[in-house]
Amino acid sequence: MSATAATIQRPAAPLRDPATTARATALVAAVVVLWPLLALAEFRPWQLFDTSHLQVMANFLAGFLPPATAPDFLALLARATLETLAIATAGIALAFVVAAPLAVVATRALAVSRIGPGPGRAAGASIRTATRGVLTVLRAIPEVVWALVFVRALGLGPGAGVLALAVTYGGMLGKVYTEILESGDTRSARALLEAGSPRLGALFYALVPSTAQELASYTVYRWECAVRASVVMGFVGAGGLGQLMDQSMKMLNGGEASTILLTFLALVIVADAMSALIRRVLS
Amino acid sequence: MSASAAAAAPPTRLPPCWGCIALAIGVVAAVTASFAYLAVDYRQLFSHESMRLMAKFVGEFFPPDVAPAFLAKATWGALQTFAVAAVGTLLAVAAGAAIALPASGRFGLAPRLGARLVLNFLRSVPELVWAALMVIAAGLGPFAGTLALALHTTGVLGRLYAESLENASPAPERALREGGSGRVAAFAYATLPLVTAQGVAYALYRLEMNIRMAAVLGFVGAGGLGQLLYFHLSIFQQAQASTLLIAMFVLVFAVDSLSAFVRGRLLPAHG
Amino acid sequence: MSLRLEAAGLVHANGHRALRDVSIALERGERVAVIGPSGAGKTTLVRLLGTSLKPSEGRLFIDDGDPWQLGANELRRLRARIGVVHQSPPIPGRLRVVTAVLAGRLGTWPAWNAIASLVVPGDAAGARAMLDRLDLGDRVFDRCDRLSGGQLQRVGIARVLYQQPEIVLADEPVSALDPALADLSVGALVAESETRGATLVASLHAVDLALKWFPRLVGMKAGEVVFDRPNAAVTSSMLHDLYATEGRALPEQGVDIVEEVRRHNVVSLKRPGCQ
Repeated sequence: MSATAATIQRPAAPLRDPATTARATALVAAVVVLWPLLALAEFRPWQLFDTSHLQVMANFLAGFLPPATAPDFLALLARATLETLAIATAGIALAFVVAAPLAVVATRALAVSRIGPGPGRAAGASIRTATRGVLTVLRAIPEVVWALVFVRALGLGPGAGVLALAVTYGGMLGKVYTEILESGDTRSARALLEAGSPRLGALFYALVPSTAQELASYTVYRWECAVRASVVMGFVGAGGLGQLMDQSMKMLNGGEASTILLTFLALVIVADAMSALIRRVLS
Repeated sequence: MSASAAAAAPPTRLPPCWGCIALAIGVVAAVTASFAYLAVDYRQLFSHESMRLMAKFVGEFFPPDVAPAFLAKATWGALQTFAVAAVGTLLAVAAGAAIALPASGRFGLAPRLGARLVLNFLRSVPELVWAALMVIAAGLGPFAGTLALALHTTGVLGRLYAESLENASPAPERALREGGSGRVAAFAYATLPLVTAQGVAYALYRLEMNIRMAAVLGFVGAGGLGQLLYFHLSIFQQAQASTLLIAMFVLVFAVDSLSAFVRGRLLPAHG
Repeated sequence: MSLRLEAAGLVHANGHRALRDVSIALERGERVAVIGPSGAGKTTLVRLLGTSLKPSEGRLFIDDGDPWQLGANELRRLRARIGVVHQSPPIPGRLRVVTAVLAGRLGTWPAWNAIASLVVPGDAAGARAMLDRLDLGDRVFDRCDRLSGGQLQRVGIARVLYQQPEIVLADEPVSALDPALADLSVGALVAESETRGATLVASLHAVDLALKWFPRLVGMKAGEVVFDRPNAAVTSSMLHDLYATEGRALPEQGVDIVEEVRRHNVVSLKRPGCQ
């Protein structure tokens, strides 16, 4: 370990880096996996520059200006916007009705059998797991898919959208409510349960006061997402702005499409702002 | 008010939260108005005939079609959906990282505002709208879906990456610059190691989202499970649709698990 | 490279005065230890010399040229020839030790080489050689977040050794090391200065290390230079005056105190033995 090594500038014998093999393998694996993926996704960037596509695109985009402003179209637009808002609000309300009881069943914070542990522990745990499983299943399929199915069942219109939101967002709200309840004032809840209080008592007297703000805040955030989702579901026939935009785009009516797109962006901004305001008021 | 007088006064009640009450009333009003506006004819919806038809419709979903030929088709669709989501997310990581650099303020205020505007626009337009546009630009098929996911996810990831870069400690990079290092090398050796772990986590989380979206984009012709589902539902082949829905669920579950596994493991060292 | 400060002073943005009227001149290859109590301005002085901070008053000359008058590229090339050892090395945890050391030559490597070295370290053996001098060779491929504070400090020193600069500025480089390792590390810095003729300025909190290794000591207190003397001319009363605010005992990193060091080493700058 002599410092004289520095004076004699002898080139050191090469040192093997243990990470080299792992990195080389990872690189080869990445390339081997990437190639078929690109093929499956039919990745052909040159298609973007195909003249016929460019022509259609150019015509479509050219039609964007001027945006359509005919009064009867604007009236239609206003009705569609209100319908989208109504779908989102009704959908979230139903989702809450689905999620709240499931969350109360699934949360560990209200588990009486865990105190001790007391009798019925296995049954309690399996019920909780089953409920969480139900919530996962509700969440797994995107709401647009449910919307498509409900449109086939109920016909075109906002009902399909509301039900689709109720299912999917019910699952999402349920999962997050469960977690929020478990992060609340669980010790007070447990104290109440130990004193023999019914679960709903412990819920309303201990858990809800400490978590109400967070629960409400998340629900409002989900409402904001629901507004976007409602527009998207409209594309499969669930009413609102989305259905209007789908019709306009199918007819390659660029002017209407651009007006609707602008309205959509404005709607999203307003919904964002309202959501932020309400969440600020809550805190 | 002297201390003894304050102690003697009876405990005052907290004033009721007027804001909360107003909010609650507002919410109830909004919900009621929404249901009224939608004017869903509940009596007709829950009528005997209607329920019978619904039951018949649901019944046709079981049993799902498990003929080998159709299972093969469903598997191919699932692989294509995965490919669309994976390639789209990969493109978005590259593009998002590139736009995140100016968006984090490295190159000044004007580039920051411009980059953030671009990212906001990309994010705000929903994937389905992007897909409809891309079908026009690139033709029907999974490529349109890939592009749509890439565009939207670039906006999302770009913003997350920009925030990570802004929050990263500037000390290591400053130390290297003061040691005479060039800008690119200093970034790669000092700031990049601070943000890559979180960046990969964000990308994997978006991949989970994009798997679901890739299935949906098939509705506008972007291939995969979505396109198959749309087709079979429109000709009322519920048994096949049921298989496809199960395939969708299995795919989502598999990708979620894989993503959680990779995120849970420690990422390898940087450099 | 020679260094010179003329009546330099520094006032921080919040109005706090860190340095006042500091004038120091170093010839090429000189070795100086800067000592003093906490808050004396030692770190600020080192950062000033390393062109990390610009003096509010007075001027800095490196090789008789004012670095702050240089263009961006020239300043960058100058900085690549100055190595700074930080008290708390700003090294990201996920970096491996080998890469952290190799980063010392980023000032001279082209960009493509730098990026390639991230994937496959270009000169792992060279990095290991530097780490061996600090008794850290076996950790060369470990991640930096697995090291203790003292080990990380030595990685910072190894990085500067790998850089092979013409000026070495060390800001309390051994504060987290035990006496034996601190002695070894300061010895490695001094050896580097001797063999390659690099100018060395080290700010140290421990007096014994300064007296053992450096032929010239600069004492600082409250932002001003209190004394600037050859090693033999530094008396114990001067040191006690300097550290008066820190109590009766002088801060040290080893067992020796002033007289002991003088008796045993007699300003000997022999290279340390192995171990």
